[in-house]
Amino acid sequence: MAQDLLLEIGVEEMPSAYMPGAVRDLQELAQQLLGDARLEWKELKVYATPRRLVLYVKQLAEQQRDAVIENRGPKKQMAFDEQGNPTKACQGFARGQGVNVEDLQVKEVNGIEYVFAVKKLTGQATLQVLPELLTGLITSIPFPKSMRWGYYHLRFARPIRWLVALFGDQVIPIEIENLKGGRTTWGHRFLAPEPLTVANPDDYMRQLESNYVVLDQQARREMIWKQVQEAAAEAGGTPMENPDLLEEINYLVEYPTAFTGRFSESYLQVPPEVLTTTMINNQRYFPIYDESGRLMPAFAAVRNGNRDHLDNVRAGNERVLRARLEDALFFWNEDNKKPLEAFNQGLADVLFQERLGTLERKVQRLEAIALYLCRETGWGKPELVKRAAQLSKADLLSSMVYEFPELQGIMGRYYAQNSGEDPQVAQAIFEHYLPRFAGDQLPQSEVGTVLSLAEKIHNLMGCFCIGIKPTGSQDPYALRRQALGLVHIIMEHRLNIDLQQVFREAYRQFTEVKPDVDEETAVGELLEFVLQRMKGVLAEQKFSYDVIDSVMAKSTGYLLDIYNRAQIVQELKKSPLFEDFMVVFNRSHNLSKKWQQTTVLADVLQDDSEKELYQQLTAVQSRLSAPLDYHQLIKDLVDLRPYVDRFFESVMVMVEDEKLKENRLSLLRSIAGLCQQVADFSKIVQ
Amino acid sequence: MNFQEIILALESYWARQGCIIQQPYDVEKGAGTMNPATFLRALGPEPWNVAYVEPSRRPTDGRYGENPNRLQHYYQYQVILKPSPDNVIELYLDSLKELGIQPHEHDIRLVEDNWESPTLGAWGLGWEIWLDGMEVTQFTYFQQCGGFDCYPVCAEITYGLERIAMFIQNKESVFDIEWVNGITYADVHHQGEVDYSHYNFECADVSTLMTMFNLCEKEALAVADKKLVQPAYDYVLKCSHLFNLLDARGAISVTERTSYIGRVRNLARRVAIEYLEQRKRLGYPLLKDEQLRQQVLTAEEVE
Repeated sequence: MAQDLLLEIGVEEMPSAYMPGAVRDLQELAQQLLGDARLEWKELKVYATPRRLVLYVKQLAEQQRDAVIENRGPKKQMAFDEQGNPTKACQGFARGQGVNVEDLQVKEVNGIEYVFAVKKLTGQATLQVLPELLTGLITSIPFPKSMRWGYYHLRFARPIRWLVALFGDQVIPIEIENLKGGRTTWGHRFLAPEPLTVANPDDYMRQLESNYVVLDQQARREMIWKQVQEAAAEAGGTPMENPDLLEEINYLVEYPTAFTGRFSESYLQVPPEVLTTTMINNQRYFPIYDESGRLMPAFAAVRNGNRDHLDNVRAGNERVLRARLEDALFFWNEDNKKPLEAFNQGLADVLFQERLGTLERKVQRLEAIALYLCRETGWGKPELVKRAAQLSKADLLSSMVYEFPELQGIMGRYYAQNSGEDPQVAQAIFEHYLPRFAGDQLPQSEVGTVLSLAEKIHNLMGCFCIGIKPTGSQDPYALRRQALGLVHIIMEHRLNIDLQQVFREAYRQFTEVKPDVDEETAVGELLEFVLQRMKGVLAEQKFSYDVIDSVMAKSTGYLLDIYNRAQIVQELKKSPLFEDFMVVFNRSHNLSKKWQQTTVLADVLQDDSEKELYQQLTAVQSRLSAPLDYHQLIKDLVDLRPYVDRFFESVMVMVEDEKLKENRLSLLRSIAGLCQQVADFSKIVQ
Repeated sequence: MNFQEIILALESYWARQGCIIQQPYDVEKGAGTMNPATFLRALGPEPWNVAYVEPSRRPTDGRYGENPNRLQHYYQYQVILKPSPDNVIELYLDSLKELGIQPHEHDIRLVEDNWESPTLGAWGLGWEIWLDGMEVTQFTYFQQCGGFDCYPVCAEITYGLERIAMFIQNKESVFDIEWVNGITYADVHHQGEVDYSHYNFECADVSTLMTMFNLCEKEALAVADKKLVQPAYDYVLKCSHLFNLLDARGAISVTERTSYIGRVRNLARRVAIEYLEQRKRLGYPLLKDEQLRQQVLTAEEVE
């Protein structure tokens, strides 16, 4: 027989950001604990609202499974003396295990005999096991931040106020401080304020439903989104799709009712990003767009309640938004009263990082790095790059960005446009923060790309040179994201730059901060850090690991070159040339692995086969171009196959004549060395 | 309801819940939390239920009386319930009903908000309470104060009186709030807002303020050495306010900022230590439950 189990942890309103994680953790913990307790069940579900976390287990067995456990004791030879009597060690083990010495069994493990205590565990009634199990469950759900309340010692994300714990129609007697498992729950805080007594888990579900609690988070989410779309449609538009916002709202309400409100068209003169940021971040509203994609002077919001007195709620929300938009309009007008450049005066008063100094200094370094990149890549006019760098942080001093930090760059672009700056400069100010998150757009303009690279290189080198490196989950300056952005931008635009050189140049900008590490170390560590991201990017693009390892064996700051070689090797592996190529590589590489020399002395060559091979090799070498044409090189090396084969058929390499041997090794090393210009093929899985 | 009726309704409601109704503290401060009736009483094992209006000053928020929603001087209504009762949220919601706000006729939401005061070495977890989208109250369970764990934990309820009044009276500007028949908030406070904005942003003499900060810091430490807790705390409050003034004046660079905050925090911590020791010396007289008092004293001796 089996019964349904219900555990409801009734809480004061939980932080919505914690809930998706809490649902997952509760599910996993419950499965683990029930499994460990040898309890079988049919279905296990976790539900969550702002006021409750619910575990619902369908058809949980009423009895634990029986089990036999075997605990290994001492070796047999230590357990019994010559007469076969149990030793002290043996007796002690039996006592510790709670079994009689004569009941110990001897079993062989890996050829050695041990004594074992074999115990049969009889399954207990589930109702007896549950109190301890559920207490363990409640106290082990992890939260980003937890708290205590009142006189209690229990920790949870927010205070727990009641527990419903039912196994079938029986109350599970759990007790945690003042909390006792019971059958009293509560409906919606305002729409059903009286306590509810539930008979069993099934009855619980019914009662919540009729007391304005939509328990199932997925059903609630769908309900909200459907309502929001309908409300927006009534207002003549469609809501912004924003899964994060939807999820946050989902855990702010137990009974959702969407409605729309409006604001004055006069606020539409403020940039749409400002309006949507206010609506989303401050008020949790969905912005609404008309069919041409323009922002409408309307929003969709979700109330925690039904439609009663909805006009009050609408009017209140409209008033709050009006006050906020009035502020935004004020900031917009104030900020536009002076040219963007004028904000730069404040840069000297704002700290970028304690050791790296003020934003003013950062901007100066940024300019130098950007100009260097501009020269190296030929991207962007130097005077525009310089101007964009100088103005890149000005908007941080504007009232709008002070109020809405997430609008950095976006406001800079508007203010630059309004100040009559070159459109390329304005665009670059926006683009230099890109990409802001995984999957975000990349800078597209030349000036923006150069400045975006400079921004990331500056921040990375700045941190690395004073010893700030990400460790584990600690990455307060988002260096991983910035390094990844760097890789993506270089790949996107196929920029042929040497990061090693760029990093050196960047390091020199930081001499005034008295770096903790010397140039070589900082450049080396940072390059390694970036190459790690590069590895990840290649793996994401479905390059196989042996290919990635082979092309990354050679330390280089040219990411594009690594990428190109990875493509070539990946293709080569699938091409009919591959076998010939690998024969050339393996035969030349295997013997000469440890040989460093590549100078072949023509007059030491004896056999025709080696003279011929040398001749062919010299021809290949003479065709080498800068930059290397990898396709041509591979073709040339493949063509060496018959000569390599003949060489090995005709001569011995490891002969006694040292001079001859060395010459032959050098010949082979030269060939292998050419192969390794493309990749280290010894890492390739054939 | 006019402005003073709102205050009177809250006073009467919380008095009925057994709170001591204290009066505002007479030293400038940024929030009701800094009143010794909160900052000090939140520490240690003694129960404490109190409610009071707190005039609060935030010099940087001044807008010369031109912004309908921002003030450099405003009022909080502060309630401390220590230990936090199990029905604390219901108690709060009932207080809204006293103000004529029926929860089911509105949308009331508790939105996560974690409070932290670096200058007081204090933090807590709780919510912003939204009334039809407007934040009207801060609700915090204190976890640490002056760098010490709070046990028992108190609940702090901080009403934004002007916001609630604007909501109840349906006003778009704080200055239009009716204080009492025929007298508005503007009549009482507008000129003060203008004058203080000029003073805070333009006139305050930086070197005088810095000298005063240093003097007050010295005095706080000297008085704390003599174990005179509240007099020492007064000078911590003065330091905090002087720092806020210097900040509004734009006289504190970013690097100095951290160090000023650290100096005030050290003072706050120092006073917290003295307060805890003093209460212990006094034998926790506010623990009126004799059995509990003996328990606490015995437990501390064991430690």
